[in-house]
Amino acid sequence: MYKKTTLAFAGFVGLALSGIAGAADMHTKTISSTCMTCHGPGGKSKGAIPSLAGLEKDYFVKSMKDFKSGARAGTIMKRHASGYTDAEFEAMGAYFASLK
Amino acid sequence: MTLNRRDFLKVSGAGAAVALTGCATTASSSAARPHVVVVGAGFGGATCAKYLRQWGPNIDVTLIEPNDKFVSCPISNWVIGGLRTMDDITHGYDNLPKHGIKMVKDYVVAVDAAKRTVKTRGGATISYDRLVLSPGIEILTDTVKGYKEAEAAGKVVHAWKAGPQTALLRKQLEAMPDGGTYVLSVPAAPYRCPPGPYERACLVANYFKQAKPKSKIILLDGNPDVVSKKPLFTDAWNTLYAGMIEYRPNNAPLAVDGSKMIVTTEFDEVKGDVLNVVPRQRAGDVCAQAGVRNDSAGTWCTVNFDTFESTTVPNVHILGDSILAPLPKSGHLATNHAKVCAAAIVELLAGRQPDPIPVIANTCYSATSGTTSGYVAHVYRYEAGKGYVAQPEGGATPKGSEIVFAYQESWAKNIWANALD
Repeated sequence: MYKKTTLAFAGFVGLALSGIAGAADMHTKTISSTCMTCHGPGGKSKGAIPSLAGLEKDYFVKSMKDFKSGARAGTIMKRHASGYTDAEFEAMGAYFASLK
Repeated sequence: MTLNRRDFLKVSGAGAAVALTGCATTASSSAARPHVVVVGAGFGGATCAKYLRQWGPNIDVTLIEPNDKFVSCPISNWVIGGLRTMDDITHGYDNLPKHGIKMVKDYVVAVDAAKRTVKTRGGATISYDRLVLSPGIEILTDTVKGYKEAEAAGKVVHAWKAGPQTALLRKQLEAMPDGGTYVLSVPAAPYRCPPGPYERACLVANYFKQAKPKSKIILLDGNPDVVSKKPLFTDAWNTLYAGMIEYRPNNAPLAVDGSKMIVTTEFDEVKGDVLNVVPRQRAGDVCAQAGVRNDSAGTWCTVNFDTFESTTVPNVHILGDSILAPLPKSGHLATNHAKVCAAAIVELLAGRQPDPIPVIANTCYSATSGTTSGYVAHVYRYEAGKGYVAQPEGGATPKGSEIVFAYQESWAKNIWANALD
């Protein structure tokens, strides 16, 4: 059981770091789904909050890094972006780019 | 009920091996589909049911909910303040069956965690492989003397579960004469929606300012200070509603007299024209039925935060306001508990390791007037042995703004869609 757990964990981290579009691991799908609580299910928003579905991956990653550093001004996003790693930005960016 | 996985196991010796390894790939028979029962179709339960179906299409999901409609607590203060109507916060469950969720309109009266069954008031016995409880809160009206009688007479409301009391409170405020007093109390923490009472004070003050400007609000707080977003709310009280709101900390109601319209605290007797006393709360009754309302006071449920499974009863997961956590009791967090829990259940039922480092975020908007809002937001990362750890840069806005008001409205539509569309 422990061996199985270790292997599963290793596989999981590899996927999370690779951020392959179309092959999102459960960590990426889950953290992306928590973005959708504000940004709408499937990344399609109703109202003033922007949609995330179909955004270019590079634009998403740069935006999140800039919110985190403060280079891009916003209302609430610095507080969120600061809680995620660069690898997670890459993985989420690939995932949202894959949603149409 | 159709044959589910447990029934299948009873009649199939071959199934026993599947149950022991938990390996779904060998259980290709359609009769071996795992069955998850979700109790409560609020933010936690409805969202969890949807994501279980989305991420685990091989899982059968039954969602048990006694009410016909979903009435949202978020934005209910806007109804009380006259900015929106009950229709705006009331939504049907019509879209959930489209995700393959079996909806059962009933109320769970018993849980047998050893046999893995729930019993409903309607007489059904439903078996599960995993059970998700998301019942919301039970309001402890017994903790305030005279409350039940006054509530039955329509002389006091909590309006802390959106529904008929929300509409009644709005009516009472509309009927109140100019120059009247609205008494609102805040229970000792932890309680559902920490900023909710203070937002309510703002939006009632916003209504009074326009419609009956000689009126006042007495805010009796059972806590030593404003529990949430203090700079945001005190800025609004001082700048937008100067002289209208009298804030009294450490002043929890002990008794209510509905015939004299008096609230008694340890220090004061407060007379009001509209009494809005919000008693303390605990996890919903079904949690007691399942034996998971297990903190030292028997009030809330303790869970393992990577899976939201009970720390004491296997295969029972608890979401939302019912859990004991160093996190606010918010609809937003219930929705995000639901996603982490759904992902964990999908992995567990497939014999895989759940995500060992889940991340959840809270975002909570509060209106300070009919055009301005503020927020608080935090990201929490799970660390083994520590639970959810708040990340740097989380926090609240010190002042309301119009753009955040627009975001609050958009947020509400999106979080409703997360749960229901």
